[in-house]
Order: sequence, then structure tokens, then C-alpha cells
Amino acid sequence: MDTQTPMLKFTPPQEGKDFKARSFDFWSFFFSGLTGLATLLILAILAVILLNITIHGAPGLSWRFLTAGADKEMFNVDTAGVLPMIVGTSIRVILMTIFVIPIGVITAIYLTEYAHNTSIWTRIIRGAVNNLAGVPSIVFGLFGLGFFIAFVGTGIDENILKSPEPLWGKPAILWASMTLAVMTLPVVIVATEESLKAIPQGLREASLALGATKLETIMKIVLPQALPGILTGGILSVSRAAGEVAPILFTGAAYSMKDYPHALTDQFMDLGYHVFILCTQSPNIEQTRPILYATVLALLILTFALNIVAILVRAQMRRKMRLLGH
Amino acid sequence: MLKKNLIIALAAMLAAFAPAAQAGNITAKGSDTLVILAQKWAEVYMAKTPGTAIQVTGGGTGTGFAALQNKTTDLCNASRKIKSKEIEACVKAFSKRPTEYKVCLDGLSIYVNAKNPVKELTVLQLEEIFTGKIKNWKEVGGNDEPIALVSRENSSGTYEFFKENVLKGKDFASSAQTMPGTAAVLQSVAKEPKAIGYGGAAYGEGAKHLSIKADASSPAVEPTEENVVKGTYPIWRYLYIYVNPNLDKGEVAAYLTWIRSDEGQKVVKDIGYFPLPKNLRSN
Amino acid sequence: MATNTTDSKRSVGWMGLHRGHKARPMEWLAEKFIFLVSLSAILMVFLIFIFVLREALPVFLGQTDSTAAIKAVPVEKMDTMSDAELIEYLAVTPSEFKAMDKETIKILMEVRLESEKESPTDKDAGINTASWTYLLLPYQWTGYEKPEYIWQPISQIHKYNIIPLIIGSLKTTIVALLFAVPVSLGAAIYVSQMASPKLKEWLKPTIELLAGIPSVVMGFFALIVMATVFKAVFNYESRLNAFVAGIALGLAIIPVVFSIAEDALTSVPRSYTQAALALGSSRWQAAWQIVLPAALPGVFAAVVLGFGRAIGETMIVLLASGNASIVSWSFFDSTRTMTATIAAELAEAVFGGHHYRILFMLGTILFVVTFLSNLAGDLIIHKLKHKLEGKR
Repeated sequence: MDTQTPMLKFTPPQEGKDFKARSFDFWSFFFSGLTGLATLLILAILAVILLNITIHGAPGLSWRFLTAGADKEMFNVDTAGVLPMIVGTSIRVILMTIFVIPIGVITAIYLTEYAHNTSIWTRIIRGAVNNLAGVPSIVFGLFGLGFFIAFVGTGIDENILKSPEPLWGKPAILWASMTLAVMTLPVVIVATEESLKAIPQGLREASLALGATKLETIMKIVLPQALPGILTGGILSVSRAAGEVAPILFTGAAYSMKDYPHALTDQFMDLGYHVFILCTQSPNIEQTRPILYATVLALLILTFALNIVAILVRAQMRRKMRLLGH
Repeated sequence: MLKKNLIIALAAMLAAFAPAAQAGNITAKGSDTLVILAQKWAEVYMAKTPGTAIQVTGGGTGTGFAALQNKTTDLCNASRKIKSKEIEACVKAFSKRPTEYKVCLDGLSIYVNAKNPVKELTVLQLEEIFTGKIKNWKEVGGNDEPIALVSRENSSGTYEFFKENVLKGKDFASSAQTMPGTAAVLQSVAKEPKAIGYGGAAYGEGAKHLSIKADASSPAVEPTEENVVKGTYPIWRYLYIYVNPNLDKGEVAAYLTWIRSDEGQKVVKDIGYFPLPKNLRSN
Repeated sequence: MATNTTDSKRSVGWMGLHRGHKARPMEWLAEKFIFLVSLSAILMVFLIFIFVLREALPVFLGQTDSTAAIKAVPVEKMDTMSDAELIEYLAVTPSEFKAMDKETIKILMEVRLESEKESPTDKDAGINTASWTYLLLPYQWTGYEKPEYIWQPISQIHKYNIIPLIIGSLKTTIVALLFAVPVSLGAAIYVSQMASPKLKEWLKPTIELLAGIPSVVMGFFALIVMATVFKAVFNYESRLNAFVAGIALGLAIIPVVFSIAEDALTSVPRSYTQAALALGSSRWQAAWQIVLPAALPGVFAAVVLGFGRAIGETMIVLLASGNASIVSWSFFDSTRTMTATIAAELAEAVFGGHHYRILFMLGTILFVVTFLSNLAGDLIIHKLKHKLEGKR
């Protein structure tokens, strides 16, 4: 906050006005320093958060903690484990990628290979993608409940299965995954698009000149080349989705379950939701603090590891792109 | 014709994905207050009776009733009595009133910060504090400091119980912070010297539990097991399990009987709630 | 689709697809398929709006009734009432009614009587609290000393005034922006204008790593660590308040504001800076007086998009804001936001009831607000890029 206020007061030297070179240098130095400080501040906060969580979380993050099953008391420091949450979170993100990758990749192919930048459809699709990225996560939760559960699920129960009891029209891992797929669609589209653009036009032209059709070019030349980018998109979307809690609050996350989800209609335990539970429901917050920190660390490692992999793949890609003269 | 076949094929596919109702599988859903106890009951019972699988989910008392009426749960754990609106919904769903079982007792403690000199309050003072009439600790014998109210999120049964029984149905002061769980209430009270909060007597490490007087002339009573079971501690409640009477047979009935037996009630004490008086037990 | 007005003379065919593929039916089909799938992003935005609005529509149209008073009829009158009367009285659908036996109806009538006994009888009992007057304007409820904005949905009389929630959302968002915008703008200027290319290559992804921290972890950190530290430093009244939540929220939007601002600053042609430096200005002067003004719309877009992100964030405010629904503009009071209210209360609300619908209405408001801010941010960026590219 304090970096901004003095900047506003600063009136730059008027044109043609005589001023001392010395004070001029000082202000330049001062404000450059402030921007540097702002950068440092962000890095420092990031470091503090990561260090705090690592230092307090690492002692609790034992092999036993990571592999203790669902049949253990979740608030008991000695027996609690996060395996069921890791399994639940993993299943939901894997299901999610099955839905989101094909749609995201195909949309990106349309935008880069087929669409004209000036066409109205391109503008609208891009606008929609950007907009989708900005919809609040809790609204996705409402959407999942209102559309997937209340409309699609209940529709299946009433019209197709004619079941008196809700089988599909209730919170389930399938609906949570689909809700997350909608949420992370923009991530996949943007990442794939970037990688498609990085492929030299010459490759496409060479393929077309050799008589391949456009579809063949895309399938056999463009897509294999774009694979790292698609991978990045997938990893980023998984990393984003793995930590999201708000969209799954009403669409499938369970407080506690004795068993792992077996069917698409089962609910599941979730790592992020478990952090929320430990923050708010623990019978003794001081005593359960080690589990809380260890769970947070586990979640952070999961999302960060994925993020760093994505960043590395992307950096590699950008370097390649630069070499190719884009 | 094609459309019909398509629907049948689709139905077969969807049914295959959905789990078949498993035999010997009991589900319990509802109050977060009861979830730890319900889980413990389930663990002990499953160890005792192999072949029975019990699944416990929290989410709040209201969620439990909704699930009971949707038939997505067998048992509904409730930290308050069922409301007539909820009975109505259940009757519409399965033509009978849900059966109510009292399963244990819970004393509701009033937490204050360990540094707070106040030791006891009357129920009326509590009402005035939480509705915002009393705003300073010195009005009830404490330091000259404003009172910081810490309440529960309005989805919890504890919130409703406190509102009906201590606040006599009046609204909480808007300035009350609302926490999504008792742990968060305790965390706030432990860190804020001016704070006052409420929650189960089973919880409460890190904060001081006040003694409560039913009225100005009666003695101050601590929220201990003895006082709650005797009924001398004024803020207590039953915790309940509700069940669809059509399902109250076989495994479910056996489990419910066991919960209310001496054996089941012994578990209650381990968790920090209070067992039912002898006359309400099943044996 | 209204664009079916194909102009056969244009080389760009229907919906932007190249003509001349009709000779290869598979190619043509694949193109059509790819195009249709790519529309799914539009479809999703549309579906989100429709299905969130669908649940909220009765509130917008004033069709929900949350009147607390209940008029019950003695059970004996059951036999004298016609089927139609019973259906209306018991609020069941005709098919549900047909499936019920006499015993069930009798139980329902008894329950209704019990409801009447439970229902409040004071002057507010007859009020439909889900109508717009009570949603937006203050009202003096029984037991209150003056007209107030009250959000008390679980109460004998459901009080649904949304003003405290809107103020809460705005308050945390303002704190977040006051913190995040200067810091991320400073960092963006540094990274894009001052830092060496090598340093930039490191700094950018590292700052963006902040976006990789899940919001529930940020909320946890605000609740457990920041709240305690800030309370010790500033010594304010309530430990959890708009300030703590706002700062944590600010941390969550820094990567968003930073990337967009940095992008905008970088997109200003290098020649601008070079010209300024050649004329004898310092690096800072070039950045502040030449590059920043040129990229100003982009910076503004970053702020707008940051606003949209902050107002929609849920888990941080749910954990760290204290969630008290009071009307106060003090940053150090506890505050309840729209998002946290939805997250905390929806699970408990009766499906299809007035509380449920009002929570969906809050969702609709959030959607519209973020939609508009996204749209505005997008348009600004688009214009800016156009302008800068045109001048090059």
C-alpha cells in the first residue's frame, strides 16, 4: 500500500524547466527501488507462506499419515491419515481431465487452425472462454447443483430409470468432476492454443503441399508437435482443480466416509475440503494442528508439484518457440 | 420404437454404473455435532458385528433431514428436535412420521478466554449478551471491555438450539461473528480476551467453561457429566437419531438398539458426551 | 443459428470454414464437428447463467412466499373438504395426493396443526420477507429498536436483507484491491521495465506460483497465522475481519493483476522506451511517463479483472472474515460476504425453498457482476492491443 501513495504525489519535472541533475537521479532511483521492493514483498510473502507450512507440516507428513485408511478416526493425531482424501481428490481430477481435455483441445484446434481472427464466432468464443475463467468458483458450485444434479441427474432418475429414490440426482463424484471440467475448460484451451501457435507454419504448409488434407495435417503433424502444450494445459487444470473446494461443496464432497468411492454416483472425501473441516470442525484445534498442517502441506505439494512441472514444460516450449523465430 | 429401445439401453447402462443397494449397509447422515460420536459407534459396532458396513456423513442436521426424506440415508443424526415442516416433508415422502430415538445427552458450554475474570453468568445475562443488550464485560462483573460475540453458522443445530433455548427465539446480535464449526469458535475465544462463545461441553480445550445459573437466585453449576445428567446444569439437550419407520427393522433396528444399550452408551462417555439416564436406555 | 446467410461468392464459407471441402465428406464433417465442440465454451457460459437464474427467478419476479404465519384447519374437517381443497391446503401435487391413503392425509393435517402452534404470531408473521422491499430496505422488526438491515435467514421470521452481504463483499474486495493493485503494479513495472531478461525469466513464473496456492490454503493461512499476527500488530477489536480477509484475498489476486498488467506493459513497443532513453530520460522516467501511460488501459483492465476475481472468491472470506452480517464500513469489523453466505448456508437450505432461492439469487448477482467486469476488462485489453499494434 505504502508503495503507491508517494508515487501519486510525485510531479515529474516540467519540460524545459531547469532542475538539478542530482535530485532527479535520486527520485528515479527511489521509485525504481519501490517497484523492486513491491516485487520483493510478493516473493517474501510467498516464501513466508511456503516456509510456515513446510516447517509446521513436515514433521506430521509421515508415510503412515499418507497411507492411513478411511477406517481411522480423523481427529486423532496418532491414527489419522489422508489416503482416502488423496484417493478422492485423485479420482475426481482424473475424471475431470477425461471430460475437459478433449473439449478443450478441440476448441483450441478450431481457434488456431480453422477460425479466422476477424470472424464474429471467434470473437464470441474467445470472449466466452475469458469469461468462463472469471466466473466465481462458488457460482460453479451453484451451477453444478442446479444443472448437473437438479436437472440432469434428477431428469435421469425420473424419466429414464423411473426410480423413486434418487440415484443420479444427488451429489456424486461424477457431478463434481463435471463441474470442475467446466471450470477448468479455459485453462486447457489457452495452454493448447499457445502450443499450437508455437508450431511453425512451414510444417503445416509442407504437409499440405505433400497432399495431406487439413484434417490429416492436424492429426498427424500438428497435434503430436503440440503434445507438450496439451500436457501443460492438462497439468495446470489438474493443479487448479485439485485445490478447489467451493465448486464441490454441494456437488459431491463428503465430510467423512468409511469407504472409497466405488461408483460414479458415490460421494468422496477430498483433500481441500478436509483442510476446511480440520480448520473448523476439529474438537481440539491445538491438538489437531499437526494433522491440519500436514494435510495442508500434502495439498500444497500436490498442487505445487504439478504447477512447477507445468511451468518447466512451458518454459521449454517457449524457448523452442523463440529458437524457431516467433 | 427406436427411441424406446434407446431409453431402455440407456437405463440399463446407467443402472449398471449406479451401485446396487448393498445388504448389511447402513448410512447415517446429519449433525456435525454428532458425527464424531456416530463414527465411533460405527467403528465399535462394526468390530463387534462383522458383515455390517456403516457409513457416517456430516453436513448438518438439516442436511440429514433432507436426506432422510429423499431416502438417501437410513439414519439421520440430529442435534435438535425435528421441525413440523420437516415432519411434513417426511410424511409426504414415506407416509409416516419419522421415529425419534434419544441417543445421548449434551451439555452446551459457554466458553470465554482463559484470562477473563468472569466465572459465572445467569441464563438471562447470556440472552442479553448474545442479543446485544449487554455490550460490556463490566456489566456482568468483568473488566471494562466490549464483549466480542462468537456464534455458530446458522446451518448448525447448535445455533438453533441456543437461539431457541437461551435466546428464547430472539435474533442473535448482528455483530456476532459466525464460525463454520465449534473448533473455529474455540479458536476465536482462545485468541480473543474479550470473546464469548458457545458449543458442546465435549469440546473446549483452550478456553474457560463458565458456570451457569438458571436464574439469579439459583446456584452456579459447572457443565460436568454429573450436573448435566442430573439436569441441574441449565443448558443441555438430547441428541437424536431419526429413522424412517419403514426401514426400522433388521440390521438398522439392531444397531439402534445397541446404540441405546449400556454397551453403546459407554462409547458416549469416551467421546465426551453424556450417557442417557437408565430409564431411557434400551435394556 | 442466424448466420445461415451464406454468401456463395465469398471465399470464406459458412461460419468461417473454408469452402471446397465438400468434395471430402469426412473432412467436412470433422470441420463441422470441431466447430460445434468449440461452441461448448459459449454454451457453458450460457448454461451457467440460465441454470443459476432458473433457481433464482421466483425471487426476481417476487413469486416466493416466505410468510411465517400458518393457518391450520382442525383434523375433523378433513372429511368435509374436497380433494382440490385438500391438495391446496396440504401443498401437494395431485399425483402425490392420489398416492396417499387416508391415514397419511390425517397425519399431514395433524402436523399442520403442530406447525401452527410453532409459528409466530407477532405483527411480522404475515410479511412476505422474500419480496424486494424487505430484501433491500431497512425494516423495524419486532424486538429491534430502529429500522435495520438484517440478514437472519434461520429465524421464526426469515429476515433476508441482502444489503449487509453486499457491503461485506465490497468491503473485502476494496481492501484486497488497495493492497494488491499497488504491489502488483509495482512488481509489473519492475519485471517488465527494470529487470534484466534473465531475472525476468525467473521472476515471472515465481510470482505466478502464488496463483498455485489453493484458496482454501490461503484461507487457512489467514485464519491460523495472519489473523493472529495482525491482531498483535494492529490490536483491533475483532480478530477476524474485513482487513485480514481482504489482505489474504489481495494475495490471491496479485498473480492475476500482475500478469495482466505485466502483459500490457510488455506489449508497449520497445521503441517507445528506446526513444525516451535516447532523449536522455532515466529508465524510471521512461517507464513512468512513457510506457505506463501507453499501457494504462491494460493496467485498468487488470484492476477490473482483479475486482471480479476478488468479489467471487469464497474459501478465504469464509474462513477469515468472521462472517458477521453487520452494516459497517469499518475495515476492522467482522464482515459477511455473498460468497461465504452461499457456501455456509446452501447445504442446509430446503431444496426449492425461499432460502435456497435467495442464495441462488446472490449467485446470479455474483455471476452478472463478474460477467460485466470480465467483459469490460476484455474489451479494454482488446482495444489496447489494437491501438499499440496499429501505432507500431
